[in-house]
Amino acid sequence: MDGFVLQFVEGLKTTVLLALISGALGMVVGLLAAAAKLSRFAPLRVVVGAYTTIVRGVPELLIILLIYFGGTVAISSFFGRYVEINAFSAGVLALTIVFGAYTAEIFRGAVLSISRGQIEAARSLGLHPWQTWLLIILPLMMRIALPALGNQWFSLIKETSLISIVGLTDIMRVAAVGAGSMRAPLTFYLAASALYLFLTSLALVVFNLLERHFAVRGH
Amino acid sequence: MRAAMASSLPESQIAPAAGGVQARGIEKRLGNIEVLRGVNLDVAAGEILAILGSSGSGKSTFLRCVNLLTLPDQGDIWVHGEHLRLRPVSEDDSAPRILDHDQVRRVRASIGMVFQSFNLWPHMTALENVSAGPVLVNRLTRKAAAELGRRYLAKVGLSDKAGSYPRHLSGGQQQRVAIARALAMEPKLLLFDEPTSALDPELVGEVLRVMTALAGEGRTMMIVTHEVAFAREVSSRAAFMHQGRIEEEGSSREFFSNPASPGLRRFLAAHDERHS
Ligand SMILES: Nc1ncnc2c1ncn2[C@@H]1O[C@H](COP(=O)(O)OP(=O)(O)OP(=O)(O)O)[C@@H](O)[C@H]1O
Ligand SMILES: [Mg+2]
Repeated sequence: MDGFVLQFVEGLKTTVLLALISGALGMVVGLLAAAAKLSRFAPLRVVVGAYTTIVRGVPELLIILLIYFGGTVAISSFFGRYVEINAFSAGVLALTIVFGAYTAEIFRGAVLSISRGQIEAARSLGLHPWQTWLLIILPLMMRIALPALGNQWFSLIKETSLISIVGLTDIMRVAAVGAGSMRAPLTFYLAASALYLFLTSLALVVFNLLERHFAVRGH
Repeated sequence: MRAAMASSLPESQIAPAAGGVQARGIEKRLGNIEVLRGVNLDVAAGEILAILGSSGSGKSTFLRCVNLLTLPDQGDIWVHGEHLRLRPVSEDDSAPRILDHDQVRRVRASIGMVFQSFNLWPHMTALENVSAGPVLVNRLTRKAAAELGRRYLAKVGLSDKAGSYPRHLSGGQQQRVAIARALAMEPKLLLFDEPTSALDPELVGEVLRVMTALAGEGRTMMIVTHEVAFAREVSSRAAFMHQGRIEEEGSSREFFSNPASPGLRRFLAAHDERHS
């Protein structure tokens, strides 16, 4: 059992790292996708619209498998011999794509709910579009997006467990292996549940702090 | 003058007086409505022009064409003697385009606009609202911009509200901060779009007092307003818009005491009735 404590610690690290990296990258993708959806350039809107619609319409598990096996095929053909894609990279890629698609919708909605006049005030002063985005739209949008964004982060933390299916040694995988080899499934799965609950609670605290931070100023 | 012809003439031939604003043949369609149908209007430097007209006559749309928040479909605009480089709508492009974004930003920075709905940024204090433009656009240091901001907040009588967020200010105070925000750019021209229409009646006075003080400084101003008495008092010239055209314009004295067009007579009579 002692060995498994260490393994759980390693699994926890992997899960946290996976969630943080794909969450951060996913938010960047989501922001860019939201900006694209709001752009005046129609082809861009269509392409990005297809991306968010398709990704949100396919189970995450399938996206992970497609990225993993698709990635392996792609890399193998690149090197001319069989190379398996690293499970962690495949996980980051898959979760980034998923997170980007969901947060794009959140960010787009938040931008649309900013009063047009506040953006026009910035334009009327001669601000550059990127200054307007960075200093007016982004901060105003964040406070609107935060609650939905928080929910999305909870989902992300839980969805990392799906990456264990392609062999990543995260919390979930440690629990599954332990459950099998120690013949104590309930113990191991309860332990895993406690760890995920710990992570989502941590996220909850962070988002409550963020929301309070944005609420004290302005609205 | 046809807009297309004006664009093809060498600018030296048609460049109007150096200061102020000249608008020629401004047309704008929004949805299915021809909102502006060939507006010609001049504002000389140092002049205060009041624009009156019934609701929907195109006053806001015209004002927004001056700093290009709305792009005119046709027509030419000169601001401080500089011709704004736009591409009008044509057969193969249904939207007008900006040809020189740097020019547009430069011209916008030299024009202060005050909106009906204040449009302060809710995540910034009054002082931050006022000093943002000078830092971001005019490249002042933060310190210099804060100093400038405080000076203009003092000018609108809000020195004590520098650290307040907009939601803690009354409508009248918010609008005065918005005026300070426009002034802090040290603009050559001020545009006001019904600055008191969103205010409770008891708050209108404080905003009009600030504007009256500005009018006394020899600034160039275009004011869209329903406050006829105020317009009459501060403006040097006035224009009456009706269905997307300027129906009458002239010196304020003539305009208000001796209106020529039936439309303006009716408009002023209706106003007198409401206020007697
Ligand atoms: N974005 C838009 N799309 C379609 N129609 C518009 C749009 N903006 C304005 N309009 C229409 O254009 C016409 C003129 O609008 P504008 O706001 O310029 O009038 P106004 O003289 O400022 O009126 P008010 O005194 O009510 O402010 C109105 O009929 C309005 O409904
Ligand atoms: Mg209007």
